[in-house]
Amino acid sequence: MSEKPKLAMYWGSACGGCEISVLNIHEHILAVDEIFDIAFFPCIADFKVHHVESYDDGYIDVCLWNGAIRNSENEEMAHLLRKKSKVMVAYGSCAYEGCIPALSNLTSKEATFNTVYHDNQSIDNPEGIVPLTEVEVAEGTLTLPEFYNTVKSLDQVVDVDYYLPGCPPEPPQIWAVLQVIVAGLLEGAPLPPAGSVVGVTNVAVCEECERVKSEKNIEKFYRPYQINPDPEQCLLEQGVVCMGLATNGGCGALCPQVGMGCRGCYGPLPGVEDQGAKMLSAVASVIGAGDHSMEEAELEEKIQAVVDTIADPAGTFYRFSMSHSMLRRAKVNGSNGKGEA
Amino acid sequence: MTEQFEPVIVGFLCNWCSYRAADLAGTARIHYAPNMRPIRVMCSGRVDPQFVLKALREGADGVLIAGCHPGECHYVNGNIKALRRFMLLKAMLRQMGVEEDRVQLLWASASEGIILARKVDQMTEEIRALGPLNWSEKVIGGNGHKVAVAEPVAEEV
Repeated sequence: MSEKPKLAMYWGSACGGCEISVLNIHEHILAVDEIFDIAFFPCIADFKVHHVESYDDGYIDVCLWNGAIRNSENEEMAHLLRKKSKVMVAYGSCAYEGCIPALSNLTSKEATFNTVYHDNQSIDNPEGIVPLTEVEVAEGTLTLPEFYNTVKSLDQVVDVDYYLPGCPPEPPQIWAVLQVIVAGLLEGAPLPPAGSVVGVTNVAVCEECERVKSEKNIEKFYRPYQINPDPEQCLLEQGVVCMGLATNGGCGALCPQVGMGCRGCYGPLPGVEDQGAKMLSAVASVIGAGDHSMEEAELEEKIQAVVDTIADPAGTFYRFSMSHSMLRRAKVNGSNGKGEA
Repeated sequence: MTEQFEPVIVGFLCNWCSYRAADLAGTARIHYAPNMRPIRVMCSGRVDPQFVLKALREGADGVLIAGCHPGECHYVNGNIKALRRFMLLKAMLRQMGVEEDRVQLLWASASEGIILARKVDQMTEEIRALGPLNWSEKVIGGNGHKVAVAEPVAEEV
């Protein structure tokens, strides 16, 4: 029994969907249970931090870390689990490149707190109470982790061996990756080189999407609720912002095939550093307005009209990759704590 | 004498028009601000938005993209693509808190050395007024570099 490899899974700033995705690998979950001993997995088994602290360094064979680094607790646990684990996997988009939590990098900690604790219509907080890192009460000092201004990906805090993208990763990919790791651990099969993005096909989502693609010439972009897209034709051609062409495959193009533009959760293709910039580049070049016969002013006006139909470009193109984007976060200029210049 | 802030502007100049405009500005001995670092690209349509973002992150205070006038592109419509990207990029940079004057687009034909020179002068002054960008220190800072992470740095893991 004791020779079984040890598996850990822990969450940083995450929604919990990644844990569920592991449980969602159908009957293979029985094999996971058979192969591994669970060493730490707060979502499904009762472990405490002091258990992890008591392990020798490298005791855990595989740690699946999901969630971004939002606060000091996330960071502390990332360091602890890195120390105790042989293989550290950034599991899911948050750990890989920030994902939805990192969208708050477009604003500041103050603005986030204002929204959450003061300004939202449903909030009743007459005393203006916000969480503090330290509070004195009769019984002593109570502490909370520090909330950071910027959301980081896991690899911006500790070394990461593998990245498994997806929001959440798809079951066949999870199982395939676990098999590779198990073969490495039990049979000494070669593991992928450290730093690899695994569980992806390294071709664009468009390659996996069966929609019919032709010339792209877009005069107006639609938000998902504004259009009932044709079931056969490429979504981008219909004016739905679909990130498929700037996103790594592996998911089987699930979203576009049911009429929702690719959100981009599998991250950039190999060789691309900034997924959002690549998407911006692709979307802009298929804008079907303006040609070289026009006067310069008219040209700008026509293009601007189409650009204006793209709501929230930064949030759309960096929906999953803000922490790994080149600029990482917005520069906060305004009094409202927003990035907008 | 107090030290004046000298902005660094990365200029992406197209091979067929704007780089030649810069050449002309040189041979015609036009005096203009020495703040632009020209990079020749084959077409303004070759300027990947990643180039602009990388320049800003790596220390540039501004970026100038310059190409042929609409209708005069060596590749027919590369400059129109550049314009579309530029306009969308501007919308995104606004959200990222980058001031509008820091990234600009100019059409300058091979005969318009003076237009390029005056644009560099104008942009230099506009950015001088905005001050240094210094993105990696001021904005990213400890917010994304492993080396800059709080206390337990020595923890070799």
